[in-house]
Amino acid sequence: MALTSARAPELLKPASIVFILLTLAGALLLNLLPWQGLALSFRPDFVALVLVFWAIHEPRKQGIGLPWVVGLLMDIGDGAILGQHAFAYVLAVYAAIVLHRRIQRFALWQQVSHVLVLLLLAQAAMLLIRLFGGAVSPGLGYFLACFTGAALWPPLSLLLLLPQRGRAGSDSVYSAGHK
Amino acid sequence: MDHQPPPFFKLGPSPLARFMFFAIISVVLMVLDVRQNAMNGLRQVLAVAISPLQRLANAPAELLDQTGNFFVTQARLQNENTMLKQRHLMQAVQLQRIQAMQAENAYLRKMLNIQPAQRETAVAAEIIYAGRDPFSQKIIVDKGLNQNVKPGQPAIDDIGVIGQVTRVYPFSSEITLLTDKDQAIPVEIVRNGARAIAFGHGQDGTLELPFMAANADVQNGDILVTSGIDGVYPAGLPVAAVSKIERNASFAKISCTPSAGVNRHKQLLILGGAGREIQALLPEPSAHPEKTEARPAGRKRRN
Repeated sequence: MALTSARAPELLKPASIVFILLTLAGALLLNLLPWQGLALSFRPDFVALVLVFWAIHEPRKQGIGLPWVVGLLMDIGDGAILGQHAFAYVLAVYAAIVLHRRIQRFALWQQVSHVLVLLLLAQAAMLLIRLFGGAVSPGLGYFLACFTGAALWPPLSLLLLLPQRGRAGSDSVYSAGHK
Repeated sequence: MDHQPPPFFKLGPSPLARFMFFAIISVVLMVLDVRQNAMNGLRQVLAVAISPLQRLANAPAELLDQTGNFFVTQARLQNENTMLKQRHLMQAVQLQRIQAMQAENAYLRKMLNIQPAQRETAVAAEIIYAGRDPFSQKIIVDKGLNQNVKPGQPAIDDIGVIGQVTRVYPFSSEITLLTDKDQAIPVEIVRNGARAIAFGHGQDGTLELPFMAANADVQNGDILVTSGIDGVYPAGLPVAAVSKIERNASFAKISCTPSAGVNRHKQLLILGGAGREIQALLPEPSAHPEKTEARPAGRKRRN
């Protein structure tokens, strides 16, 4: 049902800013779990994923300042250069805002390829920043996380869209025109 | 045709303008952070802001750990207990000898009119998690500013040196491991007393000794200990063992395996006080700018 939403776009309730903040906090928490070794290299960047999600679905509400602040928090959490994640997230969110009308037209599974490109963009930005900073490249395995992140996109979208869907019948404003 | 009608809705600056604004601030932040290390204040604030989330994220693992501890078998505990008792006995003997030697040393120093050497204080810390940054080798421990941990202090375990405290937050601190690319440690070969500086190799968890002549007297299996000339690490702590030597070029390529490791247990010791008093003995403290900063000692020497 959700996969065919591209053909008949349903009207969604606007997401509340509290809900956006809560999902971001949740994503931060998932990122901060003590991942280690192999799991760490497969760890999807939940924060980037959620930021891109809100950039596509609520481009005005989230803006670019919030991703920046969240990026700074992630920099501290990971012990990275201050501004590294912030820059990458701002870049990905900006690209998502530019593309959001286009991406929303596609079905969920087709959106995956777009999201993959956005995540790769953010990751590549971080790699370049660190190489400029004099670090050794960790190899192509660094981009593995983007693929697991993109694979998580459909379930994550379904989950985060749930509260905006509203139960059938309860939404008199939108369903009135339907009948 | 330059004139455009006013927009219907007030939307503020365009996404591109906002993006440029935040991108430029990020770049400025990064440059300040890497070059000047000037962002420590902001770091502290952000670290406090994120610490509840960090606590929460580490709680499940800690719980699992504790449950695991609860189900340790009786036999294993008894074994460990006997082993620890024996080791304690052996160390008690050594400790008594050290006490006698310290007293003797103090007396000799007084006779020779030498200033007292450093008094070592140590903080026991526990590893909260291994750093997630794939570009550097760091661990985060649970002691910070509140326990008087300072940047630059060495961290050791029961075998040898682990690394150096590079950043201190109120409730935690970040230890850069010896194997980090930016980390350097002055060492001495136990067998012949030759001095060298060991640099972290970055990815594969080894150290290397650059700038050693191809015919340098180094053998496989040589033990490296800290030489203590930097005033950061106390002398004589085991660092690594030479594992591979290639003598093809004019400089030998020497790889070493670190003796201590953070993979075996969660506890480590942060030594305090070592650096400062030796620094006080030097005529000019400004000759060692690296020590006052929180960066690893070897960054400038590396090209």
